[in-house]
Amino acid sequence: MAKKVALLQGNDACAQGAVYAGCTFFGGYPITPSTEVAEVLSGELPKVGGKFIQMEDEIAAMASVIGASLTGAKALTATSGPGVSLKQELIGYACIAETPCVIINVMRGGPSTGMPTGPGQSDVMQAKWGTHGDHAAIALVPASCQEIYEETIRAFNLAEKYRMPVQVLYDEIVGHMRERVEFAEPGELEVIDREAPSVSPEEYKPYDDTKGQIPPLASYGSGYKFHVTGLNKAADGFPTTKAELVDAEERRQIDKVDDNVADIEKFETYMTEDAEVIIWAYGSTSRSARYAVNDLRKEGIKAGLFRPITLWPFPEKQTAELAKQAKAIIVPELNLGQMVIEVERVAKGDCKVAAIGRVDGEPINPGQIAGKVKEVL
Amino acid sequence: MAERYEIRFSGAGGQGLITAGIILAEAATIIEGKHAVQSQSYGPEARGGASKSEVIISDGPIDYPKATVVDACLAMTQEAADKYANGIKEGGLLLLDEDFVQRTPEGNFKVLRLPIMRLAKEDIGREIVANVVALGAMIALTDAVSREAGEKAVLAKVPEAFKELNQKAFSLGFDKGKEAMN
Repeated sequence: MAKKVALLQGNDACAQGAVYAGCTFFGGYPITPSTEVAEVLSGELPKVGGKFIQMEDEIAAMASVIGASLTGAKALTATSGPGVSLKQELIGYACIAETPCVIINVMRGGPSTGMPTGPGQSDVMQAKWGTHGDHAAIALVPASCQEIYEETIRAFNLAEKYRMPVQVLYDEIVGHMRERVEFAEPGELEVIDREAPSVSPEEYKPYDDTKGQIPPLASYGSGYKFHVTGLNKAADGFPTTKAELVDAEERRQIDKVDDNVADIEKFETYMTEDAEVIIWAYGSTSRSARYAVNDLRKEGIKAGLFRPITLWPFPEKQTAELAKQAKAIIVPELNLGQMVIEVERVAKGDCKVAAIGRVDGEPINPGQIAGKVKEVL
Repeated sequence: MAERYEIRFSGAGGQGLITAGIILAEAATIIEGKHAVQSQSYGPEARGGASKSEVIISDGPIDYPKATVVDACLAMTQEAADKYANGIKEGGLLLLDEDFVQRTPEGNFKVLRLPIMRLAKEDIGREIVANVVALGAMIALTDAVSREAGEKAVLAKVPEAFKELNQKAFSLGFDKGKEAMN
């Protein structure tokens, strides 16, 4: 049977991916350029027995997502930079309470209200460091409508598997453009559900890591009663200030990502084998970069593209290897220099690292990238 | 690398040119199995005033999703012609609504005129299908997709009660487009 295909907006593809992943709860507050995610899910979720709630603001929306997740639902919110700023306190709460959830950030410029209808990539550091305190972060950066569909599914899988918030970031350009999307058949793509406790309600401790790094999470309403707090806590979920317990808890929720980078990382390389200059680009900017690589190759310049699909945890190993191989790495991004700082850190001076920043609401075009490559070489 | 074919539809907000772009992209990718990307002006820019929709069609994957050099452009109003009839490649095509665009944008491309709004209003009887008349004409002029694929995509998009109206509009636009070429 022929696969179901449709011409879909990136935001629509995101909503369809969420449904495929088994999402049954959306709590949100509309904001350009993400609103279509909410709009589509308000139609789709009731069809699968799910709930759609427009909350009174972004903060409450994030709180509703955490609450829904604790009842066992796969829960989602979608917003843009200003909304993510408001959600930060509760994103930290989801980190320390180890509550799976997915946050879609369709990026526009900033700070503050910025230019709501223009694209931006200036929330990439926020995705890692937006909430206070030490914490792990997983952020995915799809670059096409098909990839938004698939990465939204993967975001739910990672959230459920690692019991933590996962952010999906794409900019207004991919959020609003339309491309062909092939829908996966049921069972075709992996869908991960969270691990249920193997002990009785009486024996259950929500943060007991004696059997593994990621303790199973019980659902409220299933007979398991447990305490959830933003305070540092012991295995039973109740607050503690015991140094060794606090230390162990803090480290475990970071190690669960650091120790599993191989499972979480995802990237694409294009013509990097013999490349003397690497364009390190993500999201819509990577599409300009690929165009530039093709143009540069026609002129005999050995250019290649490294495109992270998982942005956090940062692709340290791959970036370090490319820095040893290439004369230069160019990092174009729709901000004034964010991921380039990480690339410089990891390159450790092994090659030149140069940035292209743009914040006028227009995309970085292939000519700009090719021009920078020639300037640097 | 596969060749890109870039088409821009522009006019006044509300004339349905974003829909025309979506239908063309559906004809190209869902019906003909090519690659296509559709994008549009968005937000305050698109309200009232001039609005645009761009479609890039290729046999291979499309990387840069915005227009680079436009192969064919439609402008339904003077404001749209002034604002968006640029970046058209040498030897490319610009189709203008002959009643609504008086000042012709300058450039090294072929300029054709059709009374698109008037055709919709007088020949079909409904101004609202001007976008489908325009789509038919652009497909005839560019061969971006086949006539059949274009018609099929139009019919898939409209409710049953409006199928005949839109089919007529598409055919009229296509025929007028072919005539204008000669």
